[in-house]
Amino acid sequence: MSDFETVAATENQAARRGPSGEPGTPNQVGAPNKPRSLAGDAWRDLRRNPIFWISLALVVIFTLMALAPGVFTANSPNDCLLSRQHAGPSGGAIFGYDFQGCDTYSRAVYGTRASLLVGALAALGTGIIALVIGMLAGYFGRWVDAVLSRVIDVVLGIPLLLAAIVLLKRVSSESDNARIAAVIFVLAILGWTTAARVVRSSVITAKEQDYVAAARMLGAGNGRIMWRHILPNSLAPAIVVLTIALGSFIAAEATLSFLGIGLKAPTISWGQDIDTGRIHMREAATPLIVPSAFLALTVLAFIMLGDAIRDAFDPKLR
Amino acid sequence: MFRYILRRLLQMVLAFFGTTLIVYALMFAGQGDPIQALAGERPVTPAQRAYLTEKYHLDATGVGGFFYRYFDYVKSLLQGDLGQSLTGRQIGDILQAAWPVTLKLALIALAVAIIFGVSAGVVAGIRRASIFDNSTLVLTLLVLGIPTIVLAPIAQYFLGVKWQLFPPTAGSQPTFYALLLPGIVLGSLSLATALRLTRTSVAENLRADYVRTARSKGLVKRRIVTVHVLRNSLIPVVTFLGVELGNLMSGAIITEGVFNIPGVGFNLFRGIRTEDGPLVVGIVSVLVVVYLVSNLVVDVLYAVLDPRIRYE
Repeated sequence: MSDFETVAATENQAARRGPSGEPGTPNQVGAPNKPRSLAGDAWRDLRRNPIFWISLALVVIFTLMALAPGVFTANSPNDCLLSRQHAGPSGGAIFGYDFQGCDTYSRAVYGTRASLLVGALAALGTGIIALVIGMLAGYFGRWVDAVLSRVIDVVLGIPLLLAAIVLLKRVSSESDNARIAAVIFVLAILGWTTAARVVRSSVITAKEQDYVAAARMLGAGNGRIMWRHILPNSLAPAIVVLTIALGSFIAAEATLSFLGIGLKAPTISWGQDIDTGRIHMREAATPLIVPSAFLALTVLAFIMLGDAIRDAFDPKLR
Repeated sequence: MFRYILRRLLQMVLAFFGTTLIVYALMFAGQGDPIQALAGERPVTPAQRAYLTEKYHLDATGVGGFFYRYFDYVKSLLQGDLGQSLTGRQIGDILQAAWPVTLKLALIALAVAIIFGVSAGVVAGIRRASIFDNSTLVLTLLVLGIPTIVLAPIAQYFLGVKWQLFPPTAGSQPTFYALLLPGIVLGSLSLATALRLTRTSVAENLRADYVRTARSKGLVKRRIVTVHVLRNSLIPVVTFLGVELGNLMSGAIITEGVFNIPGVGFNLFRGIRTEDGPLVVGIVSVLVVVYLVSNLVVDVLYAVLDPRIRYE
């Protein structure tokens, strides 16, 4: 389908839909075809995109799995018997048992929680750092921007995996929560740069808008303008970047756990299970394939979701 | 141009000191016993303790002592003296044996990315929104989304162990054939990025004014594409591949570890597993320098190749 046809088709649909738009948006008097908002346009594109629905469904399923793993499997992931080592499927264990004699499927289901927790909190931390730095650099400009932009350049120049290896080797604590917190912290302080650049450029665009000038004339201070006017208008692109980042943080956590410096034993994580499964792949392949599939699907779901939303908001990129 | 290179160089020096300072501070300084941190879980004899204290000037205290030791570390790093691993081998020797293998692997990966990525990207860019274009977009998204720790063991299992098309692991003297599968796995990520970059760049240039001019002169499409469009479209691709060579040389930790390839990444992989602190720090320091220098070279190359980009 050519670009022209797409445009024509959406215009036809708009005409058919008539003037009734979303509630809360002021209608233009005397205009039968109300101009649609950017979000409305994006939602239209998204609704017809199968990739969006597939990835959204996956994200929902994995979130439920992280919140209530007991719903998806009746077996405990820590119910391990060496006598069942690499045994085939039986009972509730639909994918058989792994090297330690644990239920492969159950372990993969219970591994969702740590992965999503690390991914989501690292993305949240990244978002906060990126919003603060991007906002300051974009809003104040001049030397603030110069300094912060150089900081971004330097951090961007640090290879993530290498730096994470060095930082995490330092963590000697064996407690579960301390290790999870350490991985989140490391990913957040190394991974915020791309999002900060995106926030900075959208803040630069937003601060030139008329409503900012209006707010300033009404006597609003810098803090109020940033918080109430610029932030809501530059949040959308940041959220898209952070969705994709969430996926890559999950992959990074699994990689670190795979190397043996991320999450450790009592915590169940896909990275470790993939590593164990890899070592024993000649005896049994399912303990390798099942956590691999879970990890790949989760990462893909977040990356595809972010990609679909970005395409919808910015069709020029396609 | 000269000012740009100078600024870029200054930035690199900053990044170099920033990262080495972090690496150093985390590994050797900070709270706790630095000698024990260096040795990991192993016991340290008094003789070793005295030797290490003297070697790293640990008797000097305070901030001054810290920076004294830090500059000592940077000095020996710049002189190529990386110290010894806990097993007593010179880290320089380990790296010297490992570089050729890693370079070979990186070149195979890069060749895969160029042969398949760039050519498919050109076709996709010319036939935008066709079935070929849409399927490559979905496929590349899949490749970009699947982490290496999934891709490498799965490829090893199916292609190496189950169907036995490739040797599942490379030995101490890997042949080209043994490096082919790891090279493809390693290159798949660069392949996907190169494909997307080429596609966007070709599609954009096809709409440029000079292409319209060429068409109105009556040139055939083949000539327009090969002579006019490709030359301009490949500039960002070439620079990307340059950065990628640097990344590939430092980023092969997982692939080399999984396929048992005795390269730099494999030694780092082993160093992490065996808690060999000095080996990890030595290799990471060198890799950071490789990464920074390759980024610099590519940025300068970009400025030389594309005069349309102006730098103040």
